[in-house]
Amino acid sequence: MDRPKLSFFRISRSKFSGDLIFEAVVGFFALCILILAFLLFRELFVESGLSRNTFGLGFLTGSTWDPVKEVFGALPFIFGTLVSSFLALLIAVPFSLGIAIYLSELAPDRLRTPLSFIIELLAAIPSVIIGLWGIFILAPFIHDYLVPPLSTYLGFLPLFQGPMYGPSMLTGGVILAFMIIPITSSVSREVIMTVPTHQREGALALGATGWETTWIAVLPYARSGIFGAVILGFGRAIGETMAVTMVIGNSQKISESLFSPSNTMASVIANQFSEATSSLHVSSLIEIGFLLLVISIIINIAARILVWKLLRVEGGGRA
Amino acid sequence: MNRLKILIIFILAGVLLAGCVSKQPTEVQPTVPPATTVQPTTAPQTITLNGAGATFPYPLISKWSSEYNKIKPNIQINYQSVGSGAGIKQITEKTVNFGASDAPLTDQEYANVSGILQIPESIGAVVIAYNLPGIQKGMKLSGDVVADIFLGKITKWNDPKIVSLNPGIQFPEKDIIVAERSDGSGTTFVFTDYLSTVSPDWKSKVGKGKSVSWPVGLGGKGNEGVAGLLSQNPYSIGYIELAYAKNQNISYAYIKNKAGNFIEPTLETTASAAAGAVPTLPAGDASWSSVSIVDAAGDNSYPIGSFTYFLVYKEQTDQTKGKILAEYLWWAVHDGQKYSSDLLYVSLPNDVISLNEKTIRLMNYNGQPLI
Repeated sequence: MDRPKLSFFRISRSKFSGDLIFEAVVGFFALCILILAFLLFRELFVESGLSRNTFGLGFLTGSTWDPVKEVFGALPFIFGTLVSSFLALLIAVPFSLGIAIYLSELAPDRLRTPLSFIIELLAAIPSVIIGLWGIFILAPFIHDYLVPPLSTYLGFLPLFQGPMYGPSMLTGGVILAFMIIPITSSVSREVIMTVPTHQREGALALGATGWETTWIAVLPYARSGIFGAVILGFGRAIGETMAVTMVIGNSQKISESLFSPSNTMASVIANQFSEATSSLHVSSLIEIGFLLLVISIIINIAARILVWKLLRVEGGGRA
Repeated sequence: MNRLKILIIFILAGVLLAGCVSKQPTEVQPTVPPATTVQPTTAPQTITLNGAGATFPYPLISKWSSEYNKIKPNIQINYQSVGSGAGIKQITEKTVNFGASDAPLTDQEYANVSGILQIPESIGAVVIAYNLPGIQKGMKLSGDVVADIFLGKITKWNDPKIVSLNPGIQFPEKDIIVAERSDGSGTTFVFTDYLSTVSPDWKSKVGKGKSVSWPVGLGGKGNEGVAGLLSQNPYSIGYIELAYAKNQNISYAYIKNKAGNFIEPTLETTASAAAGAVPTLPAGDASWSSVSIVDAAGDNSYPIGSFTYFLVYKEQTDQTKGKILAEYLWWAVHDGQKYSSDLLYVSLPNDVISLNEKTIRLMNYNGQPLI
């Protein structure tokens, strides 16, 4: 733990002045980002003041969003954001884990690199393109092939009741799942690869099969890191805007059915900000942005802490 | 070698610091061409006017920019289609030379921007589009029926209210899927303005605005989003801009106007609605907040349309640019109108053009008229 702090000018006294400047310059760059983050936070907080003063905590629980009568409550959007992101996790986590286990434990070496490259490439597809694909391919597919069996066999659950028109909470969740699989699977893979080989060897020596080795020796060892990867994916899902806006249906009703259209915090900002003219409307949209930032920060901090914990305590030499 | 590195770092740091410091003076002084401005005729330098605002007139305004540049090669007109709200904001903060908005300024907005002129530069219409297998263009609808559909009161296509307007058409017993714009837009403003005018129920429950709280339906982003919802969902209904519907061959309804006729949305029927509204228009420097050409009088008036406006200051702070701006606006509302119909915009009626002439003559620099 007590790693010596390496400083350039401590190693090489002869280059004292140049290294000092170097430190100052790069330190300044780092500081810039901190200042930027702080300014962003402050700006959102200040600009949302009007809305916070008008609605108070009722902003979080109000379910009316009416720009005409100037009554604003963010509950439908908070609900939509959380539900669509959870739904995305529900779909993405098994896939990501499968991908991670295959790539780290089972895949032959010559497949490993190209496969992980392709999966990470998925993250590079612009989200508006994923959204277009969602509108034209995914939404009709879900409507034609996924919804009929769901409503036939699981229709007794309120989750799968009512008509489905293509854009819906379900479509939004599936799109989000596609978008978070790259990050969740690649971080999980990294984490699984940090599991020391002696763990696997120990399990194998006790007579475990390949499956048992992974299940008993590898996954439990990496669990908090995997959890961190999942939360990173969750953070990504919460902030995703364009693709979700295009397929979620943008309705401000809170409905228990996944077939109903819904809306997210990021979507409502993207939809309404450019044409919002009344100051209370603008301020309320900024408050939604503020809430989104706070939620994202909390989630990302939680994820980082979990990943750190794993890499330092359990991952041994990799820290 | 090491000296060189240190030198490079010094230079980098210097550049960086210079970058930080030099920001302040540029903010204070917006771009003003140097001292030669007094005699603009002698200086053939390029002068740029910046505008920002509504997305709806963007194709027309960019056509104007390129045509005007052919006539006066030293004048460059930039227009950013950032949305009416952002356009109003930018003209209020004077970061652009002109703004553009699909809706007239509200009383509050008008009060915030002293000395603003509103100049209608074109007219847009909104159509009620639908996807009803077996039924082509020309289903007949009236305002109260449309309002009831969007309120969720009429939920089936074979509702007696729809059937009675369309004798001879067999309607299926299917749920109506309602599609609307999820993004704030002038199109939504015009459509909800119309529904508020014809339906007291709509006015009290929803009202008019660029974004409203929709009682039912799915939201698509942009005209293309609504058109996408319509094309993918049989038995759906929505509203889109006339130009978009014509270009994409989308079926749309004939709407019953004030005189009781069912009118097909076209450039002519929309122009006729605008002409009917002329006697009620205020002066260019007054508040236009109550101006509306929806549900206009006239036998042949299509009832869902709206002016789209340029926003400029009456008192210009730069003589050269003010003069160029006034000349450009003058050109746009006169010669510029001939480009409208090709792009499926409605040309201004003559009465509106003469109103605009009066408005543009109000533009001045230190009390001197610019045109």
